[in-house]
Amino acid sequence: MNQGAPENGKSGRLAAVVMAVLAFLAGLAGAGAFFYFYWTDGSTAAMGTSTAVAMAGMGAGLVVWARGLMPGEEVSSKREALPSSEEEKEQFRESFVAGEHRIGRRRLLGLLAGGVLGLLALDSVSLLRSMGKSPLPALYRTAWTKGARLVTFDGRPVTAAVQKGDILTVFPEGQTDSITSQTLLLRVDEAKLRLPPGRESWTPMGFIAFSKICTHAGCPVAQYEKSVNILLCPCHQSSFDILSGALPVGGPAGRPLPQLPLYVDPAGFIRAQGDFSSHPGPGFWSYKS
Amino acid sequence: MISRLARWFDDRLGAASLTRLTINKVFPDHWSFMLGEIALFSLVILVGTGIFLAMFFNASETKTVYEGSYQALRGVEMSAAYQSTLNISFDVPAGLLVRQIHHWAALVFIGAIALHLMRIFFTGAYRRPREINWLIGLTLLLLGMFNGFTGYSVPDDLLSGTGLRIAYSVMLSVPFIGDWLAFIFFGGNAPSQVTISRLYGMHIVVPFLILALVSLHLLVLVRQKHTNCPGAGRSNESIVGSRLWPTYAAKSLGLFFFVFAALAALGGLVQINPVWLYGPFNAAAVSSGSQPDWYVLWLEGVLRLFPSLDFHVGGHLVPGIFLPGVLMPLVFFGVLYSWPFLEASVTGDRGLHHVLEPPCLRPLRTAIGTGVLTFFLILTIAGGQDVLAVAAGDSVTSVRTALRVLVLAGPVVAAGLAYFACRLVRSGRRAAA
Repeated sequence: MNQGAPENGKSGRLAAVVMAVLAFLAGLAGAGAFFYFYWTDGSTAAMGTSTAVAMAGMGAGLVVWARGLMPGEEVSSKREALPSSEEEKEQFRESFVAGEHRIGRRRLLGLLAGGVLGLLALDSVSLLRSMGKSPLPALYRTAWTKGARLVTFDGRPVTAAVQKGDILTVFPEGQTDSITSQTLLLRVDEAKLRLPPGRESWTPMGFIAFSKICTHAGCPVAQYEKSVNILLCPCHQSSFDILSGALPVGGPAGRPLPQLPLYVDPAGFIRAQGDFSSHPGPGFWSYKS
Repeated sequence: MISRLARWFDDRLGAASLTRLTINKVFPDHWSFMLGEIALFSLVILVGTGIFLAMFFNASETKTVYEGSYQALRGVEMSAAYQSTLNISFDVPAGLLVRQIHHWAALVFIGAIALHLMRIFFTGAYRRPREINWLIGLTLLLLGMFNGFTGYSVPDDLLSGTGLRIAYSVMLSVPFIGDWLAFIFFGGNAPSQVTISRLYGMHIVVPFLILALVSLHLLVLVRQKHTNCPGAGRSNESIVGSRLWPTYAAKSLGLFFFVFAALAALGGLVQINPVWLYGPFNAAAVSSGSQPDWYVLWLEGVLRLFPSLDFHVGGHLVPGIFLPGVLMPLVFFGVLYSWPFLEASVTGDRGLHHVLEPPCLRPLRTAIGTGVLTFFLILTIAGGQDVLAVAAGDSVTSVRTALRVLVLAGPVVAAGLAYFACRLVRSGRRAAA
């Protein structure tokens, strides 16, 4: 590397040397500082900055060295033709055909070997069975049963003391780990309800419950716009109209949130009349509404 | 010493002539040729930081109670995966720095690949004989995005849990096999007991595939040599640039250190994915205003903008998210994969091309590329539609309507502008010539 870059004059090369020396010194300082910060449990910012200084010093030193002191002339180099010559192709063809000929005379062996490979391929694909059981029952099942008490995430039963404007995430009693059973409990004006026919008895005292899993992409429908009686999914902004039975009224969701039929027992606990009005969560091929 | 070592290897491999060819390889000097190198260097940093993180990460959903030094979560029940991520962030010396460098490096890796892809596209570098590297490069982009997603998901925090739930729903929506696909991939209703360990297994295995494909990408590159920007002396017969040894090697190594410097500065100074603020995953909770990493925002955006279109085929349901979430990406990448062949069959140009085309010499290709880029840019913005609505003080509904109009009209307008601008430049050049 002593010859230097011919296009740079003597003073240019001297300037490059000075700059490269300074850059490498900065790199040394950064690397040393990292060592100090690391062993004294310094902050992430101090360790990151000192690493950055070390690396930048190293990079700048190298680039200055390369540009100012190493040969930088443009060179031209020939591109060889990529395809093989006709002669090479012919030689390959001969070798291959000679080998192929010997295999070809033992057709039965070839067929048998192919058969083994084919069956082995089938075997390996069937290993997918180990990955999980048939998914369909789990996709349809929730833990809601007739008479199940509504409880909060910590297992406390919900009573009719819930007020208008409140929103609770509830589960069937004893099943607070059941992801598909998560449900929103709200209280609304019974007189304003416009539910589909057949659901008249599902909302005692204005208590109304819907699956919390968005029918679009499975996020929890976590936002409640009290003033307009809308449930909003924070992931893709689908909105559902509570009073009409959680029909989708905006955004990408195409199906209503399934409703959970409720009743209030004589002791004042809120219970489910049974499972949701339809399957909760995002749709799939064999979904039955 | 070095010459003795060199002789030792040459005695056993006879590598002198091959190595001479390699160090004499001619590299074109153009800034846009560094994009692929930036991706390569980010990958090196990803592997290094990843090995460090793997020493401490525990991909298990076993419930434990946190007792580490982050006060706000002490005594909280969480998965071992989340707990070990907190330990990396608070109790392993330099753990947070390495974790943040790893995350930033992933974002830069995918970003550099995407920019590299645009350079290749707009200059026609994928034409014969480089179709093979086009296919490998696209596969690397997909694998990079996939590995970014699995890496983002394994800490088992509330934010990544939301992303997993969406990925699960998208997979579930595939006709006929969706339910099986989702169960095979996630091992149950996402997230289940095995989801995190499966994702982590893939997060460790896929990089080997990436490294193998990168090696192949580089082998093909060395065999075919670089393309050249047009100019004096650049032709299908010769390549102009500087030799690898020593100048280009020094510059390239310098670039590696600059990339490392930038990532170290980001990792040290710019907080990323602070999982301790999101809390452990809880199926019934969601962190609002949650955003995925940048390279998934377009998918998030198209899920938000696409209208509710559940429909039935022979009594079976095709959920609304299938079209934007599965079909649109499949069509997009299908077209990208076949682009070199599509273009050759449309133009009839099957000749050898070692010299790049300035984008404006091909108005139609540039217009199509600009339109597609605009489409994805608007979808990326739509991925933050709720944030946008809050910032603009507007309702989500009106922001959504505006974005729906933009995503359809924007690409057409941008493509038209690009087309006519290119025509102008081209005729200007022809007049000057």
